[in-house]
Amino acid sequence: MSPAPIAPRGGRFEPRIAHRQRVGRVFHGLCLGAVVFGMLSLVVLIVDVSADGLQVLSLDFLTNYASRIPDRAGIRAAILGSLWVMSLVAVIAFPLGVGAAVYLEEYAPKNRLTRLLQTNIANLAGVPSIVYGILGLAVFVRFFALGRSVLAGALTLALLILPVVIIAAQEAVRAVPGSLREASYGLGATRWQTIRHHVLPVAMPGILTGTILALSRAIGETAPLIMIGALTFIAFDPASPLDAFTVLPIQIYNWVSLPRQEFQLLAAGGIVVLLAALLLMNATAILLRNKYRNEL
Amino acid sequence: MARGMGSAAMTARADALTARRRLVVQERLIGALLFGCGLVSVLTTIGIVVVLLSQSLGFFGEVSPVEFLTGTRWSPGLSPQSFGILPLVNGTLLIGAGSSIIAIPLGLATAIYLSEYAALRTRRVVKPILEILAGIPTVVYGYFGIMFVTPILRSIFPQTQIFNAASASIVVGIMILPLVSSLSEDALSAVPRSLREAAYGLGATKFEVSTRVVVPAALSGVAASFILAVSRAIGETMAVTIAAGMQPKMSLNLLESIETMTAYIVQVSLGDTPYGSLEYRTIFAVGLMLFLITLAMNLLSQRITRRFREVYE
Repeated sequence: MSPAPIAPRGGRFEPRIAHRQRVGRVFHGLCLGAVVFGMLSLVVLIVDVSADGLQVLSLDFLTNYASRIPDRAGIRAAILGSLWVMSLVAVIAFPLGVGAAVYLEEYAPKNRLTRLLQTNIANLAGVPSIVYGILGLAVFVRFFALGRSVLAGALTLALLILPVVIIAAQEAVRAVPGSLREASYGLGATRWQTIRHHVLPVAMPGILTGTILALSRAIGETAPLIMIGALTFIAFDPASPLDAFTVLPIQIYNWVSLPRQEFQLLAAGGIVVLLAALLLMNATAILLRNKYRNEL
Repeated sequence: MARGMGSAAMTARADALTARRRLVVQERLIGALLFGCGLVSVLTTIGIVVVLLSQSLGFFGEVSPVEFLTGTRWSPGLSPQSFGILPLVNGTLLIGAGSSIIAIPLGLATAIYLSEYAALRTRRVVKPILEILAGIPTVVYGYFGIMFVTPILRSIFPQTQIFNAASASIVVGIMILPLVSSLSEDALSAVPRSLREAAYGLGATKFEVSTRVVVPAALSGVAASFILAVSRAIGETMAVTIAAGMQPKMSLNLLESIETMTAYIVQVSLGDTPYGSLEYRTIFAVGLMLFLITLAMNLLSQRITRRFREVYE
C-alpha cells in the first residue's frame, strides 16, 4: 500500500503547516464527536427507558402475574422463569465449558484435531442466536420430546453460551504460570491432581468472571426462547424443569408488540428490571476480577 | 518373623502398585471425560448442520432451489404460495448496510480517538462503557427503536412508516458500534510506536500519522472488525423484528417496513403454523441461508486477520 504524497506532485514541496494542522483539528473534533455519540446513545437509551419504566415499577409489578388489564399486570412468572432458566444454564454450561477449556489447554495434543476443535468453537461463537433456537426446537423440544419446558430452554441457551464460557475459561487457565504446574509435578503429583489442586483454584476467579459475563448474555436472549415456544401466557410459578415458562425478555417483547400505550410502559418497567439484573451481574464480574487481579 | 515382615513389605508394595494403577486409570478416565466436554461443541455444530440440512432437504423436495434463490416474492402463508427468498435477503442486507453506515465510520473514528488521541486513563474508562452498548439485550434496542428513534424520524420525514428499516438500522448500528471500536482499537494499538515516530520525524501531523500510517498498518484487524460487525447485524433478531416490521419487500427505502430473514423465522414460530408443514419448513431453509451467510463472513474475517496480519517486532 503506497501512501499518497503529502505535497503536490511535481511542484516544489510546500509544507502548508497551517492548513494541515487545521485539517488535523477538524479530524480530532470529528473523532471526539464519534466517542461522544456512542456515550450519549447509552445515556439517552437508559434515561429514555427508565423515564417510562419507573412509572410502573412497584412491588405489585414484581409480584403480579401478567394480565390483560395493564393495572394488574406484573412480571412474577417472568422473573421466576428467568431464575429457573439461568440457574439451569449455569449448572449445564459451567462444568462443560470448564471441562472443555481444561482439555484444550492441558490435555489436547497439538494436532489437527485440536486445531479443528478450536476453530469450531470460534465459529460457534459467531452463529446467530436464532439458529440455536432452531437447533433447540428440533433437538430438545421435538426429538428429545422435552416440550416447551424450562429444561429445553436452558439446554438451548447453555449451548449458546458454551463457546463464550470455553474461550473465557481457556484464557484464565492459560494465564496460570507454568512454574506452578512444574512445582506440582516435581512433587510427584499427577496431571489431574495438578489441575484440580493448583491450576483450577488459581484460574477460578477468571473462569467465574467469564461465566458470569456469558450468563449476562443469556439472561437477555429472546429469539432462541421464542423459537422453542416460550411465548405463552403463564400465570403460575414454574415448579419443575419440565414446566412451561416465560422469561423476562419475552414478557417485554410480548408487551412491546401490543398496541396500547399502557403495555408499552409495562415493557419499559420490565426492561428496567432486566437492566438492573444485568448491572448486578456485570458489577459482580468486575469486582471479582479486581479483587483477584493482584493475587498472582 | 522374618518371613512375616517380608510379606508385609510385599503387601505394602502390592498396595502401592494397585493405588498407582488406580491413579493411572483415574487419570485416563478424567482425560476422556474432559475430551467429552470438548466434543459437545463439535456435536453442537453437527446438530446445527444436520437439523438445517435435513429439514431443508424436505423443503427443497417440494420447492425448487432455483425458485427459492431467485424468486422475488415471499408469501408462504398466502395462496398462491410463493417462496422467493430475495425479499428477505433484501431486507437483511438493507439492515446490514444501514447499520454499517452508522457503526463503521463512528466505530473507526472512536477507535482512532481512543488509540491515538485519548490519554491512557480516558481509554480505560471509555472502552468498557462503550462495550456496555453491546451487552444490552436486543429486545431493549427494539423498544428504543420503536419508542424513541421512530418518532424522531417521523417528525423529520412524515412519510416514515411506524415500522421502518431506518430505525432498526440505527439501533442495530449503535449496538454493533462497540464491536467495531473495540476490535479496531486493539488493532490500532498493536501498531508499533516506531512507525508513528518515523512519520512524526518526517514532519507529519497527528491526522496524517493516524490516517496514513496507523490505519493502513492495522488494516487487516480493522477490516476484520467491520466484517464481524456486519455479520452480527445480519444475525440480529429482536431489534429488527420489533422496529423494522414483518413485510417482505424488494425495497431499498429505509422509511418503509421490511422483513429480515431473522424476523421471518420469529414470525413463523409465533404463529400457529403446524410443525412439519411446508410453510413451517421454510424456517429451516431460511435458517440455513442465514447460517451460511454469517458463517462465510466469520470465516472471511478470521482469514483476513490471519493472512494479512502485519507482524511487527
